[in-house]
Amino acid sequence: MKDTSYPVLVAENITVRYRKGRQHFTALDNVNVRIPHAATVGLVGESGSGKSTLAKAILGLVPITTGRIELLGQDITHLNGRRRRGLGRSIQAVFQDPNTSLNPSFTVGRSLIEPLKAQNMLGDIDVDARVAEVLTAVGMEPDAASRQPRQFSGGQRQRISIARALITNPQVVVCDEAVSALDLSVQAQVLNLLTDLQRERGLSYLFISHDMSVVKHICHEVTVLYRGTIKESGPTQQITTQPADPYTKALLLAAPIADPVVQRQRQRPTSAVPAPSRTSLIS
Amino acid sequence: MTVTSSQRSSAALPNAVPRRQGWLGQAWKRQPLGVIASIFILLIFVLGVLAPVIAPFKAGQQDLLVTLNGPSSAHWLGTDALGRDILSRLLYAAVPSLTYALIALAVFLLIGVPLGIVAGYRGGRIDSVISRVAEIAMSIPAVIILLVVLAVFSSSPIAAMITLGVLGSPGLIRVVRGVTLVVREEAYVTAATVAGVKPVNIMATHLVRRALGPILVQASVFVGSALVIQAALAFLGLLSDGDRPTWGGMIGEASQVISLTSWPLVPAGLIIILTVMAFGLVGDAIRDATSDEASPAGRRWRRRRAKTVTPAANQFDLDTKNHLLQVRNLRVSVDDGVTLVDDATFSVAQGEIVAVVGESGCGKSVTALGTLGLLPPGLHVDGGSVIFDGVDLLSRGAEAYAAVRGGGIGYVAQDALGSLDPTHTVEGHLREVILRHEKLSPAKLKQRTHELLQQVQIADPARVLKLYPHEISGGMAQRINIALALAGRPRLIIADEPTTALDVTVQSEILHLLRELQQSTKLSVLIITHNWGVVADMADRAVVMYAGEVVEMGDVYTVFQAPRFPYTAALLAADPSVSPLGKRLETIPGRVPAPGSRPTGCRFAGRCPFATEACLDGPLPLRVVPPGSVTRCIRAEELASEGVLDR
Ligand SMILES: Nc1ncnc2c1ncn2[C@@H]1O[C@H](COP(=O)(O)OP(=O)(O)OP(=O)(O)O)[C@@H](O)[C@H]1O
Ligand code: SF4
Ligand SMILES: [Mg+2]
Repeated sequence: MKDTSYPVLVAENITVRYRKGRQHFTALDNVNVRIPHAATVGLVGESGSGKSTLAKAILGLVPITTGRIELLGQDITHLNGRRRRGLGRSIQAVFQDPNTSLNPSFTVGRSLIEPLKAQNMLGDIDVDARVAEVLTAVGMEPDAASRQPRQFSGGQRQRISIARALITNPQVVVCDEAVSALDLSVQAQVLNLLTDLQRERGLSYLFISHDMSVVKHICHEVTVLYRGTIKESGPTQQITTQPADPYTKALLLAAPIADPVVQRQRQRPTSAVPAPSRTSLIS
Repeated sequence: MTVTSSQRSSAALPNAVPRRQGWLGQAWKRQPLGVIASIFILLIFVLGVLAPVIAPFKAGQQDLLVTLNGPSSAHWLGTDALGRDILSRLLYAAVPSLTYALIALAVFLLIGVPLGIVAGYRGGRIDSVISRVAEIAMSIPAVIILLVVLAVFSSSPIAAMITLGVLGSPGLIRVVRGVTLVVREEAYVTAATVAGVKPVNIMATHLVRRALGPILVQASVFVGSALVIQAALAFLGLLSDGDRPTWGGMIGEASQVISLTSWPLVPAGLIIILTVMAFGLVGDAIRDATSDEASPAGRRWRRRRAKTVTPAANQFDLDTKNHLLQVRNLRVSVDDGVTLVDDATFSVAQGEIVAVVGESGCGKSVTALGTLGLLPPGLHVDGGSVIFDGVDLLSRGAEAYAAVRGGGIGYVAQDALGSLDPTHTVEGHLREVILRHEKLSPAKLKQRTHELLQQVQIADPARVLKLYPHEISGGMAQRINIALALAGRPRLIIADEPTTALDVTVQSEILHLLRELQQSTKLSVLIITHNWGVVADMADRAVVMYAGEVVEMGDVYTVFQAPRFPYTAALLAADPSVSPLGKRLETIPGRVPAPGSRPTGCRFAGRCPFATEACLDGPLPLRVVPPGSVTRCIRAEELASEGVLDR
């Protein structure tokens, strides 16, 4: 139902090559992603498959070798300098590690205000009110602004990172393993929070995760990456119930399910068919 | 408009004053020497500034009647060769001496900090140019340059100090660049870039702030050496300062009359030594203070022997007498008193897989390390018993542990690659561990290494044996760790989150491997995890920990279908792999109470939807409830009959 709506972000035929000394290494090979308005697109794959490279390419953190990226109808592929920085109003990001996501020497408030300052929005709005608003939106007390990051748990810091990503009121948020370091109960809070914010604000997410069960839960569409190429993509329901690609199947099967009865039935095929990464054990 | 908004934004920031005071108090408690040293330096400076007011004599005031006197009531520190008052001259000399050192410092910082940050942050071409130039500069002999500069600029101390700053800065560049390389990878720097913060601002706020500790340390060491070099140059007569006294100049003058008396050397030498030492101490204090701020996760596990042990009585009666490992009422505390794990009670039978599950910080690793006798320094076991194969390890002490560790119990740590030594091949690792357990001939040893790798299902042992840790993947590294744990032919393996850092496909292979080892060799496995999927996949029995105690345990099917402790039920409901699609996930309000502030009664009471007054009434024992689970919840039967716990 969501994919009929207009896309906020389109990445077309993205190829990213890194230079390693003399050699070139293709991290992404002709990858396409399209994120509809108010939808969540999941990006799954094992480590080294190129998930974070795609996120960085979209955020302008690594140069794109070929391809085209369009944000809200504007071609942003080769923007840099002041015009690239200006995109901070429309697209923001949340990263994995709650321990390094906030500068330990800054108060929470100072970290939250940083994007506003960078976008010259301090004069346009009531900053205190906005800080309180985003903190409340992520389920925290407004007085958290005056405290230091170390006074908060990992889950709370991750919520503060989300608050920081929301403060400029962006349309797209890139979540790179944003819940992967969190405990189950905290992960549940953050996932619910992302869903609520999407409903209230019409946010779109690029949701990168290695955890199939999380992706299954939160994403409308899924793209499966394997060594820099797309194996399969489509509506979550379809990909998770009728995967066409053997790699997708292996990935789904490898993620254990929290039910001993079901899980032990799934085990047998696992031992019969070796997972594809067996060949890639030695890097 | 701009004014009001900046007022507002500063109002959102905390009032800095009370925090400063707290900080000062804390600094005094943690770094008394650093505080004293800072006060000393400040005092010297203030006295120097006040010299015209407080000095008993003018700096150049001569009295040829009292030359080279020792201390007297008129001249507290005696007089020099021209009969000038040494105390007064020391006071007058303080400001110029320190100012010269500060000029050197300013140059040192102005060159070192920006170039170091730019090199580290920009990388690439800019970095290689800066680093190359710094390297070359460091290899030029500083003394020669100083002498040339002094010759050209007719012994001007300012020129000497500027040169000194320039010559010292490559060292600072290197340090700052190193810190920057690490910090620029931290997520908040990336987040700032994405938010559109200008690179200049990122460098000036985030990076400088984070490098501040190392910068201050370098700065304090540098000021000290600048003072010493200044004194040395003055002593050699290479600095001309006109009539103004400096400490170095005073030493120079004193050295000319050393055949008559050595006294005038003493006050000037002493003040230089004390000031240099004070700067050194301030540097140390800054290093200590910033190093524990910078590494929140810098915990290290090291061996430590168990301390006092008081055996505790069993609280419930399950038939665990014949179990291979029985841990009862294990208590682990920090040496200063906070108890981390209170009542860890569980057992593992021969050939059984038991999973310990719980959220971060609930004491899973501490329990495992306490069981193995491998607690890091600062932690100790202070109660309970650990019985392995009928032997009480805790009361027998270190030798019993040494005999069992590796031989009876193998340990696999979470950080697969981190637990291998990068300078040794896989073969080197295996040999070392095998030889610790049995003396083998070289041929037998080779055979055993191959055998172990085959046991962990590595297809081409001969090739893998030659590899170094950086040449293998995380999954392979974890197989090697398991092979290492198997080297002593243990009967039990304790694996702390063995798959948490691995990809799911690799995780399923490792779990499969452990399961097969257990089936083929009757190995017992205690696996620690926070992933319910892993429990469901592997375990015969599950042990649930919460806030430092075991709150529930039982057969794995029972725990999943009929949990008998509300936390277990809530944690299962939060797992997206089994919650219905499109529905909100269940969450648990609040957070796990920290070790120092756990309630006396049920530790889950603050977050439990079913809590009553009675739940907070004193510690709750573990007890058996139908259908055979062990739980701490006093309302278990009641809640079970209401059906609110079952799934
Ligand atoms: N060396 C130490 N000194 C003081 N406190 C410690 C030390 N090591 C651990 N702790 C504290 O002990 C408690 C239990 O820690 P532990 O590492 O056992 O948790 P865990 O259940 O293994 O968590 P995780 O899932 O994050 O590995 C935590 O509150 C932790 O902060
Ligand atoms: S004892 Fe009380 S507070 Fe604790 S889990 Fe049971 S019902 Fe909840
Ligand atoms: Mg742990």
